[in-house]
Amino acid sequence: MHMADALISPAVGGAMLAATAGMVLHGAKKLKEDMDDRVVPLMGVLGAFIFAAQMINFTIPATGSSGHIGGGMILAVLLGSNAAFLVMASVLTIQTLFFADGGLLALGCNIINLAFFSCFMAYPLIYKKIAGKDPNRNRILIGSIAASIASLQMGAFGVVLETWLSGVSEIPFTSFLLLMQPIHLAIGIVEGLVTAAVVTFVWKARPEILELTGSSASIRSTSMKKVLVGFAVFAAVIGGTLSWFASANPDGLEWSIYRAAGKEELKAPETRLHALFAKIQEKAAFLPGYSFKGNDSVKSDGKEVRVESGKDEAWGSVNAGTSLSGLIGGATTLLLAFFIGWFLRKLQNRS
Amino acid sequence: MSHHIVEVIDLEYSYPDGTPALGGVSFTVTHGESVALVGSNGAGKSTLLLHLAGCLVPQSGEVRIGHLPLTKKTIPQVRRNIGMVFQDPDDQLFMPLVYDDVAFAPLNLGFPPEEVEQRVVNALNTVGATHLRNRPPYRLSGGEKRRVAIATVLSMSPSVLFMDEPTSNLDPRARRELIGLLKRFEHTRIIATHDLDMALDVCTRTIILKNGSVIADGPTVDILGNEKLLHTGGLEKPLRLQGCPVCNNN
Amino acid sequence: MSTISSSLFDVNHLDALSNQTTCIHRLDPRVKLLATVVFIVSIMSLDRYQISALMPFAIYPIFLIALGNLPFKYLLRKVLLAAPFAFLIGIWNPFLDSNVSFHIGPVGISGGWLSFASIMIRFALTVFTVLALIATTGFNAVCMALERLGVPRGFVVQLLFLYRYIFVLTEEAGRMARARSLRSFDGKGMGIRVFGSMIGNLLLRTLDRAQRIHIAMLSRGFDGEIRLAYPLKVNRRDILFLSGWTALFILLRLFNLPYLLGDMFSGLAK
Ligand SMILES: Nc1ncnc2c1ncn2[C@@H]1O[C@H](COP(=O)(O)OP(=O)(O)O)[C@@H](O)[C@H]1O
Ligand SMILES: [Mg+2]
Repeated sequence: MHMADALISPAVGGAMLAATAGMVLHGAKKLKEDMDDRVVPLMGVLGAFIFAAQMINFTIPATGSSGHIGGGMILAVLLGSNAAFLVMASVLTIQTLFFADGGLLALGCNIINLAFFSCFMAYPLIYKKIAGKDPNRNRILIGSIAASIASLQMGAFGVVLETWLSGVSEIPFTSFLLLMQPIHLAIGIVEGLVTAAVVTFVWKARPEILELTGSSASIRSTSMKKVLVGFAVFAAVIGGTLSWFASANPDGLEWSIYRAAGKEELKAPETRLHALFAKIQEKAAFLPGYSFKGNDSVKSDGKEVRVESGKDEAWGSVNAGTSLSGLIGGATTLLLAFFIGWFLRKLQNRS
Repeated sequence: MSHHIVEVIDLEYSYPDGTPALGGVSFTVTHGESVALVGSNGAGKSTLLLHLAGCLVPQSGEVRIGHLPLTKKTIPQVRRNIGMVFQDPDDQLFMPLVYDDVAFAPLNLGFPPEEVEQRVVNALNTVGATHLRNRPPYRLSGGEKRRVAIATVLSMSPSVLFMDEPTSNLDPRARRELIGLLKRFEHTRIIATHDLDMALDVCTRTIILKNGSVIADGPTVDILGNEKLLHTGGLEKPLRLQGCPVCNNN
Repeated sequence: MSTISSSLFDVNHLDALSNQTTCIHRLDPRVKLLATVVFIVSIMSLDRYQISALMPFAIYPIFLIALGNLPFKYLLRKVLLAAPFAFLIGIWNPFLDSNVSFHIGPVGISGGWLSFASIMIRFALTVFTVLALIATTGFNAVCMALERLGVPRGFVVQLLFLYRYIFVLTEEAGRMARARSLRSFDGKGMGIRVFGSMIGNLLLRTLDRAQRIHIAMLSRGFDGEIRLAYPLKVNRRDILFLSGWTALFILLRLFNLPYLLGDMFSGLAK
C-alpha cells in the first residue's frame, strides 16, 4: 500500500513530507544526544535486515497464499520508537528509489503510513503496555497482534485520508475506507502473528536482547510525553492541510456529492487547486495577465464544447486540455519527445 | 619504550553467557616478530585478538601494548597504534566506497585532508589495490575485500598488526597472493589462523592455543613439525611437511 | 527464492547502471535531484483531467534515459511491475465519473476515463524519472546530495549503512530461503512458525554482525561521528541543467503546449 506520486496532490505530499522531515530531524538529533554510537551500525544492518526479511515469503494460514512482513513492529521492539522510525524511513526511501514503491513526493505519506503509526503510536501505546515489562509468550503474542492491527488500521486510514484529500482518485471517502480497513485488519493479524513468532524466538534464544533494547537508557523509546507531542504535531499538520483546503474552496471537500449534478460540476474538484494557485498568483503577481493569447484562436476553433473561463483556462481546465486538438498536439509532442530521445541516444553512442 | 611490544599476562575471560574462552594465557611478543596463533575452532583465538585490540577488557590478568597496560582509560590511546583486521571483511568494510573505508581511520584521527589522501594512496598501494579506490566494497571479490580490509588499518600506520584468519574463504590464487603480501610486511604481527601452511610461510614463531590455554610456543618450524603436539592441539601437520601420498616418500 | 534474487538483481543492476560516465552521470547529484523534484511537483499540480499537458513532460525522462545510456525496456518492466497499486486506485474513476467530457467523433469520453488515464500517465512519468535519477546518479551520490541539501547527517549515514548491508543480508536471506524451500514439500515448512525462527535466526546473526561492525569501527577510531569526505562542486553545466529544466517545467506547467500546437494544426487545416 505504498502511495504513488500519481495519486496525491502536491499540497498533501508536501505537507506529509514536511511533517516527516520534522520527525526525522528530531529523531536524528535525539539519537546524537543519546551518544550511544553502537546504534549507528545496529540501525544500519537492521534496516538491511528488514529489507531482506521483507523478501522472504511465508504461507498465510487458512488461505494458502503467501505474504511477507512489514517489520515496523519488530524494529520498534528491538530499537525503541525513535531509532525504529528512522530505520523504517530509510527502508522506505530505498524502496522508493529502487523499486518505484511509492514516489519521491509521496515518501512523506508512506513514512507516515508505514513507519510513524507503528513506531510512534502502536508500539509505545499498545505493545509496550502489554508486553514491555517482563514479557512472556502470551503477552508477546497479544501485544504484537494488537499493535500490528492498530498500526495497519491507522496506516490504511492514512492512505484513505491522503487519497481523499488529494482528490486525484474518484473513490468516495467512505467506500474506500470500507474497502481498506477490513483488508488491513486481516493483514494486521498476520503481521501480528509473524511479529510475535520472531520476537518470541529472539526472546527465547537471547532474552537479554529484548531486555537490553527495552530498558537501556540509550536506545530507549521516546517518553510518552514526546509521543503525544509528536501526535499533536501530526494532527496539527493534518488539520492545517484540511483547513487550508477548506478555505481555498469551502465546498471542495464535498465535491464528490455535488459532482453528479452535471457538467458544470465536473470542474469543481480542481477548483481547489485552481483557487490555491490563483491565490499564490495574486500574491506573487506571478506572470501577470497570463490568460494566454491562445484564447482567441481557441474560440475560433469552435469544434468542442469548451468552457472558456478566463483564469481557469491557463491552468488547463478539463475541456481545454482534452479537446481533440489538445490530443493531437499531445500525441505530436510525445512523438517529438521520443524522436529527440532517439536522436540523443544516437549522438551519445557515436561519441 | 619496552622491548616487548605485546605482553599478555595470565589473561582470563568468560563470555557474559558463561562460556569460558580464555583460561590464563601468557606470552610476550617483541618488536618486529611475526607470530602465528593457531588452534582448532573455538580454541579462543578470536577472543584473544579482541583483547589485544582493546575490544574486550580483561576480566583478570593484563594486556600491555607498548608500555601501556590496556584498561578502559588507555584504550583510545592504545587503539591508535594497533591495526586489527577482522575475519569477515564485510564487517570491516562498512563505508560506501573503498576510498571512504581506507580514509575512515585517518579522518577519525584528525589528519588534514592532504595527509589523509596521502595515507589512503600509500595504503592502497601497499596492498596493490589502487585501482579499487572508487569501487563500493560489495562489488569486490573475496581476495580484493581482504586486501582492502588490510589497507583500512595500514592507513593509520599502526605499530602492530593483528589479523584474524586472513586466508579463510580465499581461493588458492588469492590466498597465495595474500601470503606474498603478508611476507613483505615488516610490522610486528600476530595472525590467528588454522592455515598452517600460511603460518609456515609468514610467521617465524607459533603459539598453539587449546581450550583457552597456550599449549606450545616456539619457532614455527619446530612446532609445525611436531606431529604429536599438533594432534593434541586438534591440528594437522601442514601439507608441505606431510609425506607425499602418491610417491610415498617423506 | 526468485523474489530475493530478482530484487537483488534490480538493486545490483541499477547500481551498475549508475557506474557509467555519460554526461548525465557526471552532473552534480544535487542538480539532478532538484530538477527531478521540480519535475514531479509540476506534473502533480496539473489538474486531474489533464492528459495533453502531461505529454511534453515526457521529454525529461526520455532525455535522461537517452543521454544516460539507460536500457529503456528494463526500466519499462520495472515501471509496469510497480503499477498495480496506482492502477487499482485509479480504475475506479471511470465507474464513478461517467460524465461525458468530450467526443471523438461519435464516441463520448467520460471524465472518469480521462482522469484514470491521467493517473497512469503521471505514474509512468514520475516513476520513470525516479528510476532514471537513481540509475544515472547512484545511491551514494544521492545520499551526498541529500546531506548537502540539509538532510541530517544521522539519517544520511543510516541510508548509507542500510544500502551497504543490503547486499550482504539479502544474500544471506536468499541462502536461508533457498535452504528452506529445498526441504519444504507441499507447502509444509513454509508457515509462520518456521518463518519466525528463520527470520529470528537471521536477526540474531544480524545483531552479532552489528556488534562486530561496531568493534571494527571502534578499532579504527570511531567516536560517534562519521566523516564523509566528498567534494561536490557545481559547475556551469550543472547550473545550466538545473535552470534550463526548471524553466522548461514551469513553462510547460503554465502553458499547455500540445494544446497550442494542436490548435495551430487545426488552424492550418482550415
Ligand atoms: N559472543 C560470544 N558469546 C558467547 N560465547 C562465545 C562468543 N564468542 C565466542 N564464544 C565462545 O568462546 C570460545 C572461543 O571462541 P573464539 O575465540 O571465537 O574461538 P576461535 O576464534 O579460536 O575459533 C568458544 O567456545 C566460543 O563458543
Ligand atoms: Mg575465530
